Amino acid sequence: MTTSDSTIQNNAPCEVQDEAIRVMDLHKSFGMLEVLKGVSLKAQKGDVVAIIGGSGSGKSTFLRCINFLETPSSGQIFVNGEEIQMRPDGSPVNRRQIERIRTRLGMVFQAFNLWTHRTLLENVIEVPVHVLKVPRAEAIERAKVLLDRVGLRDKADTFPAFLSGGQQQRAAIARALAVDPSVMLFDEPTSALDPELVGEVLTVIRDLAAEGRTMLLVTHEMKFAREVATHVVYLYQGLIEEQGPPAELFENPKSARLQQFLKTVG
Amino acid sequence: MELILETLGLAKSAELLSLSPPGWGANLLRGLANSLQIAFGAFGFGLVIGLFGAYGKLYGGVVVRDLLAIYTTVIRAVPELVLILILYYVGTDVINQVSQAMGYGRVEISGVVAGIWVLGIVQGAYSTEVLRGAIQAVPPGQIEAARAFGMPPFMLMRRVTIPAMLSFATPGLANLWLIATKDTALLAIVGFSELTLETRQAAASTRAYFTFFLAAGALYLIVTLCSGAVFARIEKWSRRGQPSLRGSNK
Ligand SMILES: Nc1ncnc2c1ncn2[C@@H]1O[C@H](COP(=O)(O)OP(=O)(O)OP(=O)(O)O)[C@@H](O)[C@H]1O
Ligand SMILES: [Mg+2]
Repeated sequence: MTTSDSTIQNNAPCEVQDEAIRVMDLHKSFGMLEVLKGVSLKAQKGDVVAIIGGSGSGKSTFLRCINFLETPSSGQIFVNGEEIQMRPDGSPVNRRQIERIRTRLGMVFQAFNLWTHRTLLENVIEVPVHVLKVPRAEAIERAKVLLDRVGLRDKADTFPAFLSGGQQQRAAIARALAVDPSVMLFDEPTSALDPELVGEVLTVIRDLAAEGRTMLLVTHEMKFAREVATHVVYLYQGLIEEQGPPAELFENPKSARLQQFLKTVG
Repeated sequence: MELILETLGLAKSAELLSLSPPGWGANLLRGLANSLQIAFGAFGFGLVIGLFGAYGKLYGGVVVRDLLAIYTTVIRAVPELVLILILYYVGTDVINQVSQAMGYGRVEISGVVAGIWVLGIVQGAYSTEVLRGAIQAVPPGQIEAARAFGMPPFMLMRRVTIPAMLSFATPGLANLWLIATKDTALLAIVGFSELTLETRQAAASTRAYFTFFLAAGALYLIVTLCSGAVFARIEKWSRRGQPSLRGSNK
């Protein structure tokens, strides 16, 4: 973390250019409950950061603070080197800036959260057409390519409720890809799925990792984290207890709590 | 045709209801047109109030929420007839005083505008509650997803919240529309010539009470049936993304 401190001061351009996300000393409380107690994290372009930890350790909250779905209590967040302007209490200074930054962060939710009154194709073109003002025809072309890519080309005109969870989640990934995000945020993308549907979603995410998409991935799938992540972060009660390359972290956990956690999740 | 009416003893009624004088049919239809115009305007005005009211109740500050609570409580507590008298006389009085203060003299307020304003305010209170319930029924994740992709608030309302809540709101709104068509009858007490007042006048001058009130009833029924068909279509369309509760049987 000392290197990241020096980059703020001299703002070395090449560092910053390759930097996708930098979070510094993030705190978040819900009323009296302090959920994040100073979390710092840095991801370069192409990194796949897996965030693991027990239930209630603050993984979702951390991810949701990055795109301001939750308002942090304090700390600093940089996306592609641009700092999100916050007031001392953590509230955003400029709604427009948040909206602009959000369009660069493709989020995939545990519960898919597709818009149920729109077909898959309409879901995928919604943000490009209306928020990013991409010409409709162009957006549709791209959406078809993306749906094809997640194996749903023939379902383009189907409404989400008529699809399996795995299909919905793949569509949600296509929707996130449609904005060509610089960072993708996954919050337990397979936790709501039946076991036999997990594989198809992980396959899509694995492909994205392989092509160098930058991702922050909250997951309970340890085998998967180990396979795709370039960096693993273990959160414990709102603090990073241990982090490092997956091989090291999973083979050789130093902290007793992580050892215990890895034992319980198998 | 005439023979059939004759044999059924309805020739007299047909004559009374004919569209050209001495028949009163045209008057009834004019009354109906006025009623529909007001109902439509009041329903629309009520929807606008309701949308702001619902958003105010859900997202507004303490003051806004309290004011809206007073509005919906009072309007829904006081009988509509009383409200109509109050709003009508207060409304026209205020406008006249303002116009006199500005040196314009008394203004003639059109019955249609007054009717829309009075019934619209009543409808707005009920719409607020219908729409508030519908907005709350939208799965929060869908709104959150829109926010996560950088949709500004107004676009979010237009593109996500309103279409997603429509299926929850249509049954309640259909009720409100039907109430609006019938509440126009209450405007008769302020002398507005809508369907009920026209009917009463026709009945009184011809003494054919049964014929005219039956005819008016039939007109209200036709309006209801047509509205039912329209709302059924809207509801079906707004549910297009939801599997049928009866299971798939298409
Ligand atoms: N909106 C909220 N209001 C109050 N408390 C909250 C809220 N959201 C989360 N919390 C609390 O914050 C803590 C961390 O929650 P979070 O959802 O970040 O955990 P998590 O690590 O994602 O857990 P899981 O693996 O179960 O998803 C929990 O104790 C939770 O109860
Ligand atoms: Mg979580």
